[in-house]
Amino acid sequence: MAAKFRAPGFYRASWMMPLGVAFATGLTWLVRSSTGHATFHHYLSGEAILTVSLIAVPLLFLVGIGGFDYWFYWAIGRPTRPEDHSSHGAHSWRDYFRVNTDHKVIGVQYTVTSFFFLLVGGLIGLLMRAELAQPGAQFVDANTYNGLFSVHASLLIFLFVIPVFAGLANFVLPLMIGAPDMAFPRLNALSYWLLPVAGVMMLSSFFAPGGAFADGWTAYAPLSDNAPIGQTFFSLGVQFAGASSIMTALNFLVTIITMRAPGMSFFRMPLLVWANFATSLLVVIATPFIAASQFFVLLDRALGFNFFNANHGGDVLMYQHVFWFYSHPAVYIMMLPGFGIVSEVIAVKSRKPIFGYRMMAFSLLAIVVLGFTVWAHHMFTSGMAAWIRIPMAITTAIIAVPTGIKIFSWLATLWRGVLHLDTPMLFALGFLTTFTLGGISGVMLAMIPFDIHVSATYFIVAHIHYVLFGGSLMTIFAGVYYWFPKMTGRMYDERLGKWHFWTTFIFFNLTFGPMHVLGLQGMPRRVADYAAKFADLNLFISIASFGLGLSTLVFVYNMVTSWRGGARAPGNPWRGLTLEWQVSSPPPIFNFDRIPTIVGGPYEYGVPGAVHGILAPTPTTAGATATAGAGTVPATSE
Amino acid sequence: MSKQRPLVLTIVAALIATAIGIALGYTIHWFPVGASTQATNTDRLYHVLIDASVPIFVLVVTVILYSAWQFRMKPGEELKDGPPIHGNTRLEVVWTAIPALILLGLVSYSFVVLNDNEKKPAGVPEIQIGVTGQQFIWSYEYPSSVTGGKPLNSDQLYIPMGDTVYFNMRSKDVIHAFWIPAFRLQDDVVPGITTHYRATPDRLGTYPVVCNLLCGLGHSTMRSAVHVVPPAQFQAWLKSQASTAAGSTPGASASSGTTG
Repeated sequence: MAAKFRAPGFYRASWMMPLGVAFATGLTWLVRSSTGHATFHHYLSGEAILTVSLIAVPLLFLVGIGGFDYWFYWAIGRPTRPEDHSSHGAHSWRDYFRVNTDHKVIGVQYTVTSFFFLLVGGLIGLLMRAELAQPGAQFVDANTYNGLFSVHASLLIFLFVIPVFAGLANFVLPLMIGAPDMAFPRLNALSYWLLPVAGVMMLSSFFAPGGAFADGWTAYAPLSDNAPIGQTFFSLGVQFAGASSIMTALNFLVTIITMRAPGMSFFRMPLLVWANFATSLLVVIATPFIAASQFFVLLDRALGFNFFNANHGGDVLMYQHVFWFYSHPAVYIMMLPGFGIVSEVIAVKSRKPIFGYRMMAFSLLAIVVLGFTVWAHHMFTSGMAAWIRIPMAITTAIIAVPTGIKIFSWLATLWRGVLHLDTPMLFALGFLTTFTLGGISGVMLAMIPFDIHVSATYFIVAHIHYVLFGGSLMTIFAGVYYWFPKMTGRMYDERLGKWHFWTTFIFFNLTFGPMHVLGLQGMPRRVADYAAKFADLNLFISIASFGLGLSTLVFVYNMVTSWRGGARAPGNPWRGLTLEWQVSSPPPIFNFDRIPTIVGGPYEYGVPGAVHGILAPTPTTAGATATAGAGTVPATSE
Repeated sequence: MSKQRPLVLTIVAALIATAIGIALGYTIHWFPVGASTQATNTDRLYHVLIDASVPIFVLVVTVILYSAWQFRMKPGEELKDGPPIHGNTRLEVVWTAIPALILLGLVSYSFVVLNDNEKKPAGVPEIQIGVTGQQFIWSYEYPSSVTGGKPLNSDQLYIPMGDTVYFNMRSKDVIHAFWIPAFRLQDDVVPGITTHYRATPDRLGTYPVVCNLLCGLGHSTMRSAVHVVPPAQFQAWLKSQASTAAGSTPGASASSGTTG
């Protein structure tokens, strides 16, 4: 029994976490008693202990479950656990609740955790729609409502869209480039375990004195400076989610640069790999800025630094500049991996090469560069220097060009193809439709006089949901259905998948389409109560949103039942050329028996006898030969 | 000939859809009634944007629907592949250059509108009114240049029709946004700095003033109204407010009349 409490895992975490509270109490007592009453009025303060605990407890949880074991042993010179690969692969569901260094296990952990937070965040959204169904107060007070939309956005951005892309890529990216794993498997495991920490922290803010953080996911200072302690849960939750993002992005960059199979030049990489390369560049450059913005707020709150206190020389607008310097690139962090998924799905399901492959890759890089030059378009009405609006409006309009190139190239890929209109393809085509609308409203928002009217209204709510739901989430669904056979070894139910698509597509447009009109008509966002003239449209939207919620249940049912009892998936059900389809479903523990050799482009559909990669059969074992041989059959049979 | 038929049909349908979309853009009442020259300009910009957007959206949807109709896999084609077309440089240049030109054109036009909206109109008198935001009320200061006597503080916003109004906005606590949907104008009201905008009302009436930046618990109740009145009525209102203020104790705000 004692060994259980010493070995890495939840038992060890359970006694280490209270140590964090003890440490926080001790540290704050020490600081307060040594500086005296003049600065701090009490020796012990609940807020101070809670703030330090929110840093110490999660770190000790990570120590407890074993996220740092290897490095700790190495640092103090004790023998490190020899890498016998015993931690690779998942043999039972329990293995998904351990620190595991297998990229495929981590990919599943990431994806499932993210979808859990999608359901929670979506449910919170439905609570908001219930409150908004009629003007006046129905179910929740203003404080709770403000908490609901703040947590809704924070969970769906930091705990769903960003990590679910990292999860899907974690699973398929090493397979796609012919690598046995990610470059830093232990860092990969740690970056996953930071996620539930961030999510639990944001959710538990509802139980904090004064309620959840209620200043929006944007957390504008000085409102957030003086908010109740719930705000600290956001400031610190973002640090954990951000650290996770940065670690994963570094891991992807190193993996892509150093671990591509022989023959895989950059221009033979599948576009999903290109997309994650571009995204990872954005993440490592931009994410420290949001970390900084929240540290500024934390220092203002906890220690009175007055960064954003105008009465003491603080600069209120500086918060917004630092915040948006991350948070605008963040919308590309939340979209580029989706572009990658859609490129895979459309090429395979149209049975054609991607039209203009190089332009597709270059446009990703163009978006990375331009993405850093547009942040102040979120601040056209902020009171910043007026001239900044002009260059930012121009770059905002121009960044639509590389995005347009991608849309037109996908359309050209469809042209004269042999279209398999199954669930992943339907979501990809649905994405093209709704994302085009989101892109168009985005271009409209670049026009300063128009933006001045609709800034911070429901028009913005509509726009962001067309981009993040109609854009990102559609691609995520496409990707989940597309790689479901590879990840689980089972086929999903096609009929339910189609039902899921059509209900989602219709109710999505009914929910978020009318919000454009509400905003133009003058309804502000982030209000629990609104003028009577907006009542009819709001009731309509609320009803549609419940339909959207129900459509998600179809998805959950399909995923759960198919994973448990779906038909066994063949290695390559879609006749894809990329490497992940050349191995069994689910893939063997080390992906490839021999590192494959890449001999051609990833999308040579329609080219007679085209092969992307050759999986050399292992001469020693007969079983491995059969597996690898089966993988190459589709390519050669054409 | 029969092979061309679906394509011709689709192009005709797309043109009709474009026409309907643009017509709808003009018939739907997107905005609340406009009450300033800026609103007229901004609404015109919006309609130009709709006119430019509808054909692009119709083009994308048409290609998707046509492909799903004409190129979907038919029975027996399960193992068939499409033609291995890798790209077309001329086409790619076209769909890079044309959108870039359209976007630069639109953004240039928006700068013209912005300049029209923000410049001081020639030959129109301009008055300055101070706006103060604090959780969760708006208050207004009419300087002596407007009142002709002592400066006046009020929780009501009256502005004369025919003048240009230049708002000087300050915040006492957190960021607010001073939004007048009928004017299509807003700007944040930021602690530590003074922000400004200029409105030229051109329609009599009373219109909502909305705080449009989350400022705390009472954010959704932080409302006021702007009364656009004829100049004579404006002067009369100023006089009545001045006498009310003089009648109450010095230093109290105009709203203290209710407590007296």
